[in-house]
Amino acid sequence: MNQRKENRGTMGAKRVARYGLLIALAMVLSYAETLIPAFFAVPGMKLGLTNLVVMIALYRMGSRDAILLNLLRIVLVSMTFGNAFSLLYSLAGGVLSGAVMILLKRTSRFGMMAVSVAGGIAHNVGQILMAMVLLETKQVGYYLLVLWWSGLAAGLVIGLVSYEITKRLPDALFQ
Amino acid sequence: MGEGPGTKRRKNDLILLAAVVLAGLALTAAYGLSRRGGADAAELTVVVRQNGEITATYPLAQDGSYTITSEDGANYLVIEDGAAWIADADCPDQLCVKQGKIRYAGDSLICLPHSLVVELTGSDALNLDGVTK
Repeated sequence: MNQRKENRGTMGAKRVARYGLLIALAMVLSYAETLIPAFFAVPGMKLGLTNLVVMIALYRMGSRDAILLNLLRIVLVSMTFGNAFSLLYSLAGGVLSGAVMILLKRTSRFGMMAVSVAGGIAHNVGQILMAMVLLETKQVGYYLLVLWWSGLAAGLVIGLVSYEITKRLPDALFQ
Repeated sequence: MGEGPGTKRRKNDLILLAAVVLAGLALTAAYGLSRRGGADAAELTVVVRQNGEITATYPLAQDGSYTITSEDGANYLVIEDGAAWIADADCPDQLCVKQGKIRYAGDSLICLPHSLVVELTGSDALNLDGVTK
């Protein structure tokens, strides 16, 4: 891993630019995802293209940057395309999946596929938990049956794509 | 990168994936089992929606058959023995007929050409109409 510690207090121009780039990418991917026709029967079922950005940050920059980027893109995307409720759902999914992915990666025992799959499922579990809280019913748990598998599938796709992207990104981008 | 397909890591990945699949299957099985005994047809309601608006509701416990018409076409809904299904329709794809019988709260039959949704709802039915992003 090429994780470079940069000065903690100061934010170098390169770093700012990199964050801007990745957040812009995350927002574009979020928007692109809303263009995919909603033929999925279950709310919350989606590919999670923005997770590509989190994966890249996690593997090329480090946990701290991944957490920061993840939170920033959740807030910005919800403010742009969503509302207060979608913010809560995104936070529940994003924070849980981010935490699971970082912890799994830190064990150094798993590859990107496993990390991504665990993240995909954790995201959907987080959203269902949030739905249970917001709707005050346990019945939503029913959706886990479907969202478990869709999270698995989405995680596989995103894991594969982020692996291919990550290894092709020039090191110069992250120096 | 150090992220190459090391054999040990790959093995761990496969173990994790297998665990995830098994857990998913266990969830599905547990849900199926809990449903088998728990589903009480007496409490369920068949809700008919056309273009998103509720146009009719029928108790699932009461056998009957209904023709649901709209300007787009007609569907023939049958309710019998705690199940509801669309037995016939004049839509081209017949997907609603192929969807078979529904018995549990949350299950639905959908006929897109006729903008028709037949849904089973329980006493504390879920009404999800928010969208998560």
